[in-house]
Order: sequence, then structure tokens, then C-alpha cells
Amino acid sequence: MSASNAAHSVVEPSTSARRFAGLLVILYAIITMVPLVWIVLTSFKSPDDAISYPPKVLFKPSLEGYCNVFTTRSRQTPEFFQTLGPPQGLCDNIARSRNMVVAGPSNYVPRFINSLIIAFGSTALAVALGTLAAYGFSRFRVPLKDDLLFFILSTRMMPPIALAIPIYLMYRTVGLSDTRLGMILLYTSVNVSLAVWLLKGFIDEIPREYEEAAMIDGYTRFQAFVKVVLPQATTGIAATAIFCLIFAWNEYAFAVLLTSGNAQTAPPFIPIIIGEGGQDWPAVAAGTTIFLVPIVVFTVLLRKHLLRGITFGAVRK
Amino acid sequence: MAQIRVEALNKSFGEFHAVKDASFTVDDGQFLCLLGPSGCGKTTTLRMIAGLELPTSGTIRLGGDDVTMNRASARDIAFVFQLFALYPHMNVRRNIGFPLKCEGIGAAECDRRVVEAARILRISHLLDRSVSTLTGGDRQRVALGRAIVRKPKCFLMDEPLGALDTEMREAMIHELRALHERLGATTVYVTHDQLEAMAMADMIAVMNNGVVEQVASPRDIYDRPASLFVADFIGSPPMNFLPFRGSLEAGAQTIRLGEREVAVPAAREALAESDLVLGVRPEHVRFTDRGMVRGEVYGSEYLGTTQIVTVTTRYGALKARSPASISFRTGESVGLDFRPDTLSIFDKGSGRAIRTALHEGGAHG
Repeated sequence: MSASNAAHSVVEPSTSARRFAGLLVILYAIITMVPLVWIVLTSFKSPDDAISYPPKVLFKPSLEGYCNVFTTRSRQTPEFFQTLGPPQGLCDNIARSRNMVVAGPSNYVPRFINSLIIAFGSTALAVALGTLAAYGFSRFRVPLKDDLLFFILSTRMMPPIALAIPIYLMYRTVGLSDTRLGMILLYTSVNVSLAVWLLKGFIDEIPREYEEAAMIDGYTRFQAFVKVVLPQATTGIAATAIFCLIFAWNEYAFAVLLTSGNAQTAPPFIPIIIGEGGQDWPAVAAGTTIFLVPIVVFTVLLRKHLLRGITFGAVRK
Repeated sequence: MAQIRVEALNKSFGEFHAVKDASFTVDDGQFLCLLGPSGCGKTTTLRMIAGLELPTSGTIRLGGDDVTMNRASARDIAFVFQLFALYPHMNVRRNIGFPLKCEGIGAAECDRRVVEAARILRISHLLDRSVSTLTGGDRQRVALGRAIVRKPKCFLMDEPLGALDTEMREAMIHELRALHERLGATTVYVTHDQLEAMAMADMIAVMNNGVVEQVASPRDIYDRPASLFVADFIGSPPMNFLPFRGSLEAGAQTIRLGEREVAVPAAREALAESDLVLGVRPEHVRFTDRGMVRGEVYGSEYLGTTQIVTVTTRYGALKARSPASISFRTGESVGLDFRPDTLSIFDKGSGRAIRTALHEGGAHG
């Protein structure tokens, strides 16, 4: 139906309404993108540009922030520099221009690896447990089902940090303090309630006739679950995994309290990157920018599922 | 193929007693319809035969073996679901072959039987299509294909035509009946649609509130209903009910309805004075000026060859089927007569049909 047509459609928005909606979405996207753009720009600034006021939008890009986040440096006397050979690579070059030498790698990489192991480990565990529990709640007559489901949800009602002290004491006693396993278990326990509720919605939508047909045709219930239910629940599992991963990846409060030298993740590490004379903002920004990459990649890989996942329940097949 | 025997089957879900003492037998090669309104326990009964629910008490025998507590996969049955339950991630060929794959039958044999099943159902041209591109009727044919490919002991079908539109349903009723005649498979078919049941079944078991009210041939269900519920549920429009108070002696051939004597099939049991109900099918009501019940024409529904005339009487609104050629004026005073040999008498309290000569005229006819 053309826009010039006098009769307007009830279900199709008019062209002007659609343009207005598009404009709103773009505006909103710009507003939410500002902090992100700020961080990425800052990561390419020199320390002086980073703290200049008013903020510079145009500046001479520098990789100093990226060098600083991966290295530790030490200030040296001019006499010492004369004993050195030519600079070893880009970062050494930048360091020497500030009368410093690269002393060694920073802790960023091990912290980042901790983050990867803990976030993906707890996500996998939460989704696996959540899928099984959600299937059980969805398909069986569980005694006190509603109360149990409410109980599972209620674990999310309290701010997690309210539990920090008891968990800290417990972890110290059982030796889980500052271990990767401890953090995986902690994030799993927080995420599993979200996973159960989200996945129950998805599994409820899969007609139980599918697995009943498979059971009559000769499968056991577990085989039917693996071969029939799981392939159809992939969308829900992917969406749930993203939500769980984002939580575990970004978690800060517990990480600060419970980890230090051994199992510390990237979020508590990044803000305390100290340069000469205070906070090294380009290095902090560079650490944050790199930190965003895995989540972006994971989300882009699963975006097809995520889109249907967010609108789940809205459309009956 | 095998006989199915259901004995004193009960199923409770907590407080709710879904199936109460259900007993019936489906003979080898017979087509039995479980018929009843929604929530009457017919699907639960079917699911217990399939092994998808376990009964609270009672026995289920398949070909003589007690399978009451056996796992569904150990019963060698095929189940056709209302929503088809085709696997969306497989094409038609793999859907039909799925039960064979579960049994670990070789690829060549599996393929031969899939092609054979597809030929019987005339869906050979669809074998490599994805099931999501099929129409409702074709999806149901694929679901049937998955059932027949394995040559099971019996077929269980849960409202398989419920999701189809009227036209497709009509066609599938004939196809299903033809398929049954060809395979001679013992079949239990659940439906709430009496037309489906009447058109396909050898035997119908009518259920209400978890109780099997009557198990009989479609003709017996219609002509000799065993209870008020069956008489009311079967037939469109349903049987007319005229409440009256009276007693019956064995052999009595009339009842007293108001001031008039009404001829009925000879009673085969005696009954003290109690509240009774006279049941008359609309097609057994005749218009005559000297009729035993008088009333006023309230309106008529034109159905092509016949019409349903509603007459208000002192016994309530009665419906009569009459040729469409006769015209009635609204408000016209008419007399009604009933065909004596077809009348049913029920005990109002229990809903049970009183035994009369009606039940002797070929009870298995």
C-alpha cells in the first residue's frame, strides 16, 4: 500500500511514524554509545591528552596505553640508558621517550585468562545445571514445584554483596578463597537461578509430544532429552548463556573481595593500573577496550539466537 | 497385532480422580473410539495404554501380556499425536524412519520400509521435503507414516485430526478408515467429535467424568444409549428428554405421561414409583393433530433436506426433525407423537437406562 493512498492500513505503521521511530532508535543508540566511544578514544590518547580539559576529540593517536597495560616499566638514570642497545620494539621505544625501560610483562594477561576461565566455566556449569533443572520443572510433577521455583528466584532478590561477608568467611574456612574453582562455583550459584527461569520458559514451549513420541519409538527419557529436546532448545540455551556470561564477565564486587594474587579477574585489576604520578588513564581505557572484545565476539556469534531469545514467549509457533 | 484389555483402570492426579474403574476390551484388528467431552479422562486412558502415564491401579494387557508398568518403548505400540510431533530438524524421510533408527534396523531395510509406508499414504513425492513446508494434512500423513513403518502391536491416536480444518478432516476420516481396513491394525482413537467416532469406529467407548459410560457399536450407542449422558452427548441435536414420575412393572408396554398413556418398548425390569425420563430422538417425533403432547412452534432450523423444529411444550422445548418441505408458522399450535419402539426410559437419579425390549433387538447389531 503506497503512502499516497488515502485508506491507511491498521497494522502497517505510516511512513512518517516509521521514520520517527527510526530516528528515536538512532538517537538512543548514539547516547548509549558515548561512554563506549569515550573509552576507546581514551585508550589511544597520550596520558596528557587523556586528562586535558575540555576533552580532546581530535588528537595524535598513541599506543602508549596498550603498551602500559601489558608491561611494567621502571625509571632509569641517563647513565644507565647509555649502557643499553637500541630499543626493542615499539613499547620499549615509547618507554624510553619517557626515560623508562620495560621491566617485564604486567599482570594483565594472567588476570584476563582468569576472567576467561571463570566466566566461561561458570556459564557452562550454570547453563548445564539450569537446562536439567528447567527440564525437570517443565516436565515432571515435582512436589512443591511453585515454592521451589520461587525459592530459586528468591536467591536473586537480595543484593549479592549482602552475602559477601559470610561467603568470605566460608571460603576462607574451606580453602576456596582466591581460587578459580571458588569463583566458578560462586558465579554458577548466582547464575543458575536466572538460567532455570529463562530455560524453563523455553522448554515449556517445546511440545512434550516430541519426546513422548521418541520414547514410544524406543528412546529412554534421557536419550529423548539429548536427541530431541536439546536441539530444539538451542535458541534458549544460547540466549541464557549470553546473559550468564555477561554477569560473570562483568562481576566486580565479589572479585574484589574474594580474589587477589592468584585468581583475580580483570575487573578488579583494570582500575588499579597505576602509572607515574597517579592513575594511568590510557592504560585503564586500553585494558577495558580489550576486555570488551570476548563479550562482543560471543554475542555477535550468537546474535541470531539472542534476537529470538529476547522475544521468547511472544510468538507461538 | 494384538488385543488390548483394560481392567479396572484408575488414575488420580493428587485429589483429582481422572479415570475411574475404566474397563474395556479392544479385539484384535478392531477400531475403538474413546469419545467424550474434554476433561473426561479419555486422553489419560490412552496415555496409560501407551505407557506415558502410569495408572494408580488396574491392569493393561497387550496381546495377553500384562504391560501395566512397562516403559513406553517396551510396549511395541505406535502413537499419533494431535500436534503431529514431527521433528522439525529432520526431513520427511528421516521422520518416518526415526522409529526404525531407534530400533537399530539397517539402513537398506529402513529405507525400503520408509518408501513402502510413504507409498501406502501416497506421500512418496514428499520424502525429501522439510516437514515445516508441509500442509496440515500432509504432516498428519507423515505422522501416520511414522506409526505404520514399524508394524507395531497397535495404534493409539490422540485426536489426530483435531488440528486440521473441516475439509481436510473429512478427507482424512475416509483415509484413516481405509488405512485401517487395509492394515487391520488394532486401533484406539481418542476424539471429542462424535461424527469422527461414528464414521470410523467399530466400537465406541463413551467417557464422562472419568467413567466409561457405555462401550458398544456406533449404532447401539445411538439407538440404545445406556445412560442419560450418552443419549445427550450423541446425536445432533441431542435426544429430547421428557421428565415424568411413575412406576414400571416388568412387561409393561405403556407409561403414563401427564393424562395420556404413551406406548413404549416393553419393560424388562420393575421399578417403584420414582422420577423417570422419557428419551426421544428428534427424528422419532411426528407431527399429528391427535398427538399425545401439544405445544407451540418456537422456530425452525433449515438444514436442506430436513429441518429441526423447536416446539415449546409443558415438558420444555422439544426438537423434531421433519422434512424440509413442510412449513411451520411460529406460534402455530401442533400435536406431537413419538415412535413407540424407539423410546428410551432413564432413571433420573442415576441416569441409567431402564432395560426394555429396545435392548433386545440385536444388542450387537
